[in-house]
Amino acid sequence: MDLHRRDFLKVMCATGLTLATGTALNATPKNKYTPEFHGILYDSVRCKGCRGCEYDCADANGLPEPEPTKKIRGLRKTDENHRTVVNEHKTSKGLVYVKMQCMHCNEPACTAACLTQAMSKTKEGPVIWRGDKCMGCRYCMVSCPFDMPKFEYHSPNPKIQKCTMCYDTRVLKGELPACVENCPNEALMFGTRRELISEARRRIYEKPGEYVEQIYGEHEAGGSGWLYLSPVPFEELGMNTSLQNASYPALTKGFLYSVPSVFVLVPALLLGIQQATKKNHPNDDSDDE
Amino acid sequence: MNSQTAIAADNDGKSTWKFLLRELKPKGRWLTPFNIISIPIILFGIALIVIRFWKGIGAITNLSQEIPWGLWIGFDVVTGVAFAGGAYVITFMVYILNMRQYHSIVRVTVLNGFLAYLFYAGALLLDLGRPWNVINPIIGNNFGVSSVLFLVAWHFLLYMIAQLIEFSPAIAEWLGARRARKILSAMTLGAVIFGITLSMLHQSGLGALYLMAKDKIHPLWYSEFIPIMFFVSSIFAGLSMVIFEGSISHRVFFSQISEKNHHKQRGIVLGLSKICTGSMFVYFFLQLLVFIHGKRWDLINTPMGYWYLLEMLGFVLLPMTLFFYSYRSGNIMLIRVAAILTMVGVVLNRLNVTIIGFRWDMAVHYVPSWMEIVVTLTVLFTELWIFRWVINRLPVLRDSPAWVKEENN
Ligand code: SF4
Ligand code: SF4
Repeated sequence: MDLHRRDFLKVMCATGLTLATGTALNATPKNKYTPEFHGILYDSVRCKGCRGCEYDCADANGLPEPEPTKKIRGLRKTDENHRTVVNEHKTSKGLVYVKMQCMHCNEPACTAACLTQAMSKTKEGPVIWRGDKCMGCRYCMVSCPFDMPKFEYHSPNPKIQKCTMCYDTRVLKGELPACVENCPNEALMFGTRRELISEARRRIYEKPGEYVEQIYGEHEAGGSGWLYLSPVPFEELGMNTSLQNASYPALTKGFLYSVPSVFVLVPALLLGIQQATKKNHPNDDSDDE
Repeated sequence: MNSQTAIAADNDGKSTWKFLLRELKPKGRWLTPFNIISIPIILFGIALIVIRFWKGIGAITNLSQEIPWGLWIGFDVVTGVAFAGGAYVITFMVYILNMRQYHSIVRVTVLNGFLAYLFYAGALLLDLGRPWNVINPIIGNNFGVSSVLFLVAWHFLLYMIAQLIEFSPAIAEWLGARRARKILSAMTLGAVIFGITLSMLHQSGLGALYLMAKDKIHPLWYSEFIPIMFFVSSIFAGLSMVIFEGSISHRVFFSQISEKNHHKQRGIVLGLSKICTGSMFVYFFLQLLVFIHGKRWDLINTPMGYWYLLEMLGFVLLPMTLFFYSYRSGNIMLIRVAAILTMVGVVLNRLNVTIIGFRWDMAVHYVPSWMEIVVTLTVLFTELWIFRWVINRLPVLRDSPAWVKEENN
């Protein structure tokens, strides 16, 4: 009896452990080497609005050279020819510049949306697009809370354009992303997300008057690879501050999780009803088809 | 019974090829009003589609980087599929609840549903920028299993197969293939059960597609319950379509329908309007719950709020009351009015989620280009052509050939 109980306990423990470690492993990978998510810290206090990064980005990605427009005030948006733009904003602290591009979310809406895994979050952090898989449905565009994937509407072989953090062209080779490498004002910094967040905290802490106490991208939309520092509240820079802090894919999880149970339960239920109602109409079978 | 069908039945499918060739030829007069309108539009639409594949989607649509899905998705796919919901409701009633009195409308409803999926889901291909990669999620090259669209795409595909199986006995009867008909008939129940399950999931899935667009859809139309709303409304959307389509078919294809079925129609319409009332009540109640729970009172006194009230009161509550009133008084005419109002309401609702309420706050709104509308009409008219072709040949509205009855007895 005692033995049996011990066996039973062992089994229970084993199951419990597997369940526990199963989830624990996902959360904290310890023994196996998995690279940390990398990202870029953008400091709009340091940015002088030279737009050099726009040119370097276009150059690195084979896009047409950006127009040398004088008016960068307001809301220029990224599009199929501009993976990044720098805008100027008149704020309570004077002119402030802000660079926009894909945020490289931790749990991206675009990759959850993509039915071909063309959008994919690499283990190093950048979110990339793969043309051999994409079918051009544009569901990633519908889903991205930052509206970052852009579509070539005027091409018979259209691509989705967005910042890839220079993943396959540079980062994989150990180089810095083009914009980071060439920024003359050191407004951009590449590193692991953890390093970047502590660096951002340090800057806020050391010069409390210069920065607002918020790192945009630390929590927004579940956190992102790009992190922003600003001298003024982020609304003033035209950034969306009403985004939820939970990740966007979480919004569809409930629905997706219910699918398997519907697939098991509903057919069984239907068959049951069918059998039950059949008895009421024993003569009607002849008309069946 | 039609003579061709009889010949096919007599030959037992021996000269099938000759028979098929003959059947392919058009029947009846050419210069009907429908043809005069539809033929030029279809030809024009085809030209536009050529331009679209040659110059890109932007050449004929008004889509933008902020509004990537327009009329072709919001109307053709999302709304079209809601109206095709009648097929799963009717097969549920006939094969699962064994409500035999609705049997005579099963075939036409399933045919309608099948063609709707074929064409409206087919319209999706026009909207894909890189359609040659459409096989990727199907052949397992890359399964984006966390994607709602992945689920919806697969369900479209499987459901079309299920519907084809449900409809296949009619094809077998047309070709006079007795053995095949037996086998295919035996598969009906399985296909129906599978089909209903798939329908529940993808009708709601179409709503779930928009869950991640949380900040982009007007809050009066966005809630975590969109999937349930889409599912419940597909019941009365589909049935209103059945009522509407029935009232037209009974006129246009008058000669095909047997005396007995003409008489049955009245009871069918009354029964369907009862179900519409019930499902619309559930829907209205759900909408009300979401509204009150979401504390959305302050949104009502805005232009979008009035628009919302119009949809809810004018095109849900009103037709619901009409359905209720007219099935009690047996007023078929009024039921048809209610069905049309309901259909307008469903169109409004789907467009409000997918187009009108989508990015309602932007300075420049999306309005479909006339070319998008022509392509949509092309899809619609082509579907009607095929529908007419099938109705005129296969035993859909008319009774099955005599040998079917013999065999069953
Ligand atoms: S910002 Fe948009 S495109 Fe970039 S990773 Fe996040 S969801 Fe994807
Ligand atoms: S457009 Fe391409 S990348 Fe975007 S969701 Fe569709 S298949 Fe994926």
